[in-house]
Amino acid sequence: MTEQGPPQPGADHPPRMGFFTDTSVCIGCKACEVACKEWNAVPADGLELTGMSYDNSRRLSSDTWRHVAFIEQRKPLGGQEPGVSHDNVDIFRAAAGLGVTIASPGPGATAPAPADALPGAPAGETSPLAPDGRTELRWLMSSDVCKHCTHAACLDVCPTGSLFRTEFGTVVVQEDICNGCGYCIPACPYGVIDQRPDDGRAWKCTLCYDRLGVGAEPACAKACPTDSIQFGPLEQLRERAASRVAQLHSAGVLDARLYGEDPQDGVGGDGAFFLLLDEPEVYGLPPDPVVTTRDLPSMWRYAAAAAVTLTAGVAVSFLGRSHR
Amino acid sequence: MAECHPVGFQWVMEAKARGAKLIHVDPRFTRTSALADVHVPLRAGTDIAFLGGVINYVLEHEKYFRDYVLAYTNAAAVLTDEYRDTEDLDGVFSGLDPESRTYDNSTWQYEGLVVEAASGHRDQEPRTNGSFTGAARGESHGSGGATVGEGQPRRDDTLTHPRCVFQVLRRHYARYTPELVEEVCGVPQQQFLEVCRLLTDNSGRDRTTAFAYAVGWTQHTVGVQYIRAASILQTLLGNIGRPGGGILALRGHASIQGSTDIPTLFNLLPGYIPMPYAHKAEDLEKFVDALAPRKGYWGDMRAYLVSLLKAYWGDAATEDNQFCFDYLPRLTGSHSTYDTITAQLDGVCKGYFLMGENPAVGSSNAKRQRLGMAALDWLVVRDFSLVESATWWQDGPEIETGELRTEDIGTEVFFLPAAAHTEKDGSFTNTQRMLQWHHQAVEPPGDARSDLWFMYHLGRIIRNKLATSDDEADRPLLDLNWQYPTKGPLDEPDAEAVLAEINGHDAEGRPLASYEQLRTDGSTACGCWIYCGVRADGVNQSARRKPGTEQNWVANEWGWAWPANRRILYNRASADPDGAPWSERKALVWWDAEQRQWTGHDIPDFAKNKPPDYQPPERSTGAEALAGTDAFVMQADGKAWLYVPAGLADGPLPTHYEAQESPFDNRLYTQQRNPVRDIVPTRPENYYQPSGSAPGAGVFPYIATTYRLTEHHTAGGMSRWQPYLAELQPEFFCEVSPELATERRLTHTGWATLVTARGVIEARVLVTDRMAPLTVQGRTVHQIGLPYHWGPNGYSTGDAANELTHMSLDPNTHIQESKALTCDIRPGRRPRGPAAVQLVRDYRRLAGIDAHTGTQR
Repeated sequence: MTEQGPPQPGADHPPRMGFFTDTSVCIGCKACEVACKEWNAVPADGLELTGMSYDNSRRLSSDTWRHVAFIEQRKPLGGQEPGVSHDNVDIFRAAAGLGVTIASPGPGATAPAPADALPGAPAGETSPLAPDGRTELRWLMSSDVCKHCTHAACLDVCPTGSLFRTEFGTVVVQEDICNGCGYCIPACPYGVIDQRPDDGRAWKCTLCYDRLGVGAEPACAKACPTDSIQFGPLEQLRERAASRVAQLHSAGVLDARLYGEDPQDGVGGDGAFFLLLDEPEVYGLPPDPVVTTRDLPSMWRYAAAAAVTLTAGVAVSFLGRSHR
Repeated sequence: MAECHPVGFQWVMEAKARGAKLIHVDPRFTRTSALADVHVPLRAGTDIAFLGGVINYVLEHEKYFRDYVLAYTNAAAVLTDEYRDTEDLDGVFSGLDPESRTYDNSTWQYEGLVVEAASGHRDQEPRTNGSFTGAARGESHGSGGATVGEGQPRRDDTLTHPRCVFQVLRRHYARYTPELVEEVCGVPQQQFLEVCRLLTDNSGRDRTTAFAYAVGWTQHTVGVQYIRAASILQTLLGNIGRPGGGILALRGHASIQGSTDIPTLFNLLPGYIPMPYAHKAEDLEKFVDALAPRKGYWGDMRAYLVSLLKAYWGDAATEDNQFCFDYLPRLTGSHSTYDTITAQLDGVCKGYFLMGENPAVGSSNAKRQRLGMAALDWLVVRDFSLVESATWWQDGPEIETGELRTEDIGTEVFFLPAAAHTEKDGSFTNTQRMLQWHHQAVEPPGDARSDLWFMYHLGRIIRNKLATSDDEADRPLLDLNWQYPTKGPLDEPDAEAVLAEINGHDAEGRPLASYEQLRTDGSTACGCWIYCGVRADGVNQSARRKPGTEQNWVANEWGWAWPANRRILYNRASADPDGAPWSERKALVWWDAEQRQWTGHDIPDFAKNKPPDYQPPERSTGAEALAGTDAFVMQADGKAWLYVPAGLADGPLPTHYEAQESPFDNRLYTQQRNPVRDIVPTRPENYYQPSGSAPGAGVFPYIATTYRLTEHHTAGGMSRWQPYLAELQPEFFCEVSPELATERRLTHTGWATLVTARGVIEARVLVTDRMAPLTVQGRTVHQIGLPYHWGPNGYSTGDAANELTHMSLDPNTHIQESKALTCDIRPGRRPRGPAAVQLVRDYRRLAGIDAHTGTQR
C-alpha cells in the first residue's frame, strides 16, 4: 500500500496539487490561520498567551490546520554563519509554567543578564550592528500545514477508509466515516492529524478539497498577501521552489533550503513542502521524517514467522505432552 | 507596514523581489523589520533629529537633485530680513507670542510679496470678540498649500543668497550632524550614514525612493513637522510627482482617507474647503476672498463651494441668498475630539455620537474620555458589539475604584448595533486617494443597520418632526436636499445615489465629468469637488475592476482616484522643465510637442495643452496664473515647499523638540518642547510628568510607545469579539528588552504594573530582543512597547494602554502624543479598587507633580 503513493496523472486525474510555502516572504500576518478556520468552520481553540514570541496557537492540531511559527534569533538575515537559535529565552519552560501562579505564571526569570548577550555574528552589508552591539535580529515566520505525504501513514492505518487519497493526490479525512479509533494520530510522522476531545474524530487540513473541486485555490493560499503560500500542480511548484532557492543563495542567503520537496525522502516527498531559512528543528519540524508504516510489511513477515515458530513450538509441546 | 497593513505590504514584497532595498526606522523590531534590509531602532520621539540629520547629509554632500530643486521647489525664493530661525532664537522662530502660545507668521514671508497672514489665521483675523483661538487650518491644506501674498517672490537662482530658502535650510540643519543624531536618537553614526547612503544612492534622475509612514508619525506634539521633514527630504531628492517616489500616509482604517476627503473633521467641508468661523458679518464673498489664493487651482474655490452649497440645499440655494452660505454651521474655536472632551467636562457639550469609535479605551487618556462621557445628557454608540464606550457607566475602571458610582451618572446611553461593510454598499478611499466600491453581500442581522441608513432616517424623522416649524433656525434642516431613494426590506438608502450627489450634476441633471466644469453661478451642484468625475457618464467609476494584466502598469482603470483619476499627484514633476522625462526608466508623463499636449502613462496632473514654456500674462489668476513649469498646481506659488511661509501653526521648518514627556533634555536648544503645542493640564487626570533634568523626572525613567498588532484592530471593537482573531493575541501584554527585564525583575509571561501620572495598568510581559535598549546622551534608555487594543469587554480582555497616555496635542491637527511618553514599570499585578487610585497619587507626589508640571518650555 505505501508503495503505491498517489495516483499518477492520467486521463482520469488532474495533476497532483500541493502547497509550496516560501517562509522567506512570510510576514506572520496569520491570515492563513483565520481564512482556514473561516472556510472550514474549524472551532476556536481558546485564549492562551504562550510567550512563544507572537505564536499563540502553538502547533497544528484538530482545531488549527494552519499554524504560523515565530522564531526570534540573534542573527542577521543575510548572514552566513549559523546563528544561535532561540535559546536565550526558554519559551517552552515558560509556557509550561503558565497558570501556575496568578501573580507570575511564568516559572521565573527567563531573560539573560545583559552580560550573557551573545557575541555578534558578522554583519552583512545591509545588516549593521545594532546600537547595543548585538547583531541585527532575525524573526523567522513560517506557516505550517499537513504535508499530504506521498506515502501517507495515516491513510495506511485507517481501518474504516475514512482517510482517502483524492483525485488531486491529497489526503483527506471524511468526517462522516471516521469512527474515532485514533490509529492515524501516532502514525503521522509530523504530528499533524489530531482528535477533537469532544467528538473523538480525527481532523486535519483537507487542502480545501471542496474548493479544489470547483477550481478554486485553498483558503489559506487565497488569503496570503505575500504569496508565501503558493498553490498549484506539484511539479510546477517544485520547479519554482528550486529557482527561488537559487535566487536566495545568489543573494547571499545561504541558509535557504527546501524541506519536504524530495521524492526520495522518508515519506516519498510531501505534497506540501517548504522553503526554510534554518534547520527544520528550529521550526519544530522533524529533520528526517519517515513514514511510520514503512517497515510494516517486513514487520508483518517477522511477526508471521515468529507466530509460525511459536505455534509450532506450542504444538510440539502439546504433542510431546500427549505422548507422555 | 507589514504589522498593520499586511495586504498593502504585498507590494513592498513585490518591490523587494525586484531588488528594492527596504529600510525600517522604528523603536521596535516588528514584522516589518523582519522583512527589511535594514532596521534602525531609534528613541521614540526623535524622528525630526534623524530626518534633519539626513537633510543635512544631503545638503552637505551635494546629494540633492539640483535641476529638480531649482525648477519645482521654493529653494530659490528669498525671505524677508525679518525672519529669525530657531538657530538665532534658541529654539523658537520669530513671531512667537509665549502668552497665547501662538505664532504670528508675518515674518516668515517671501520677499517681494504683499505680506498677508496664513490662510488659517486670516479667517480668524476679522474676529471682534476674541473668543476663539487655536483652531489651526493645517488640515484644510490636505489638497494643497496655504495662501501666500500677491506678487512674485524674489528669487536667487544661484541658491547663494544668504536669505534664500536653500541657505536658510542649510543653516537650520547645520548642527544636525551624525554625532548629534547618535546622541539624540541613539542611532550609531555608522548605521545612520548607511541609511543616508542607501537613500541618496537610490534617488535622482534614474531612481526614486518612497517614504511610507503611519500614525507613528502623526501622534506627536510635532506630528505635522515629522511629515514636513520627510517632505523636505523627498523634495530635495526629487522624489515627488515621480513613479516610485512620494510620501505614503498609511491610514489607520479602511477609509480614513475618505473621511478626510469628505470629512468627519470639525474644521473642514468636503474637498478640504475650510469651515467658516463665527464672524459677525462674513458673507460668501468675504469668505472666499479671504481664503482662495490668487494662483493655482484653489483660485477656483468659489465654484467648488457654491456647487457644494447647491448639493446641500438644492433649489433653496440661490444667488440672492448667497446659496445658503449662512446655513453652514460656524466654528467658535477648536472642536476637535479632545477639545470636545474638555467641553463635556465643562458642561458645554451635552450629547455625543460615537459611530464605530471606542474612546473609552482607544483614545488618549481613556479616563478623561470616560469622565467626559459621564458628564453628558445623552450618548449614542453605534458599533458591532458592546464596546467599553457603551458600558463604562456600569463596569468601567472608575466603577471598580469607586471614583464613579453608576447611580450618580446622569448620561442616558443608547446602543445601536451597526452593519458591517459586507452588509452594505459603499466605497473605500485608500491611501492612494483611490475609491473602490464594495457591494452588499448579505442583509445585516437583527437590528444592525448601516451608518447611511441611520443618518438618512434620523434626518428624515427630525425633518418630519420640524415640518410645521416656522423658526428661522430650523430652515437649514428643512431646506436640506434630503431625498434619497431607498431599497430592500430595511429601506436602505441607495448608496449610489449618494455617490451621484458627491459627483455632481449640471443644471439639467447630467452627471459632471470634471471639477473644471464647476461654476460659480449655481448652475452646477457637486458634493465634493475633488471627487467630481467618480460617476462620469453616469457610470460608477469606482466599481471598475479591470485586471492589471489587461492595462498599463499605472492601471487607471482599476477603481477611480481623485483628482480626475490621476494616480500620482503633481506628476508634471516627472518630466524636466522642458517637458521631457527626467529619464527613460522613470518616465511617467511628458509634453508631446507634435500634438501640443501632455501625455504619458498616467493622466497628467497639469493643464492638458499648457506648454512647458508657457508664461502667465500679468495679473492672471487661478490656474491660468501657473507657468508651464509650475508643477505643484495646488500650491499658491506652484512650487513644492521646502520652507513653509504660511499655513502651519508651529513654524516654517521642522525643528527637533523633545516630546511632552521625555527622559532627556533637548540637546539642541534651551526650548525643551514645541512652544505652541496644545496642552490641557488643568485637571489631575491629565497631569504631565517632569522631563529631562527636571526634579522628579527619574520617577518615570522609561519611554513607552503604543501601537497596533496585525491580529487586532484599533480599540478592539472589530477583533476582540472575534474568537478567530482574539485567540491569536489573547491578552494585553507589554514588550520589554532582556536588559530592562533584568533591571526591574520582570519575568517572561509574568505580570508587570505600569504607572504614569494618569493611571496604572497591568500587562503580561514579553521579554524580547526585539526591544533594544539605546544609548542616548551617554546613558542607557529602555523603551516599552504597549499594544493598545484591549479593554475589559469582549472575548479577549486586558487593561487599556490609553489609561497611561495624556492629552497633549499637535497644534495643527489636534492629534495626541501617544507614541512617546514616559512611565515606570514594576513586576506583579496592579492594585485593585481605591488602592489603584492611591498608587497613582503616590507617584504624583513622589515626582512633585502639579498642574504646572510640563506646561512650561
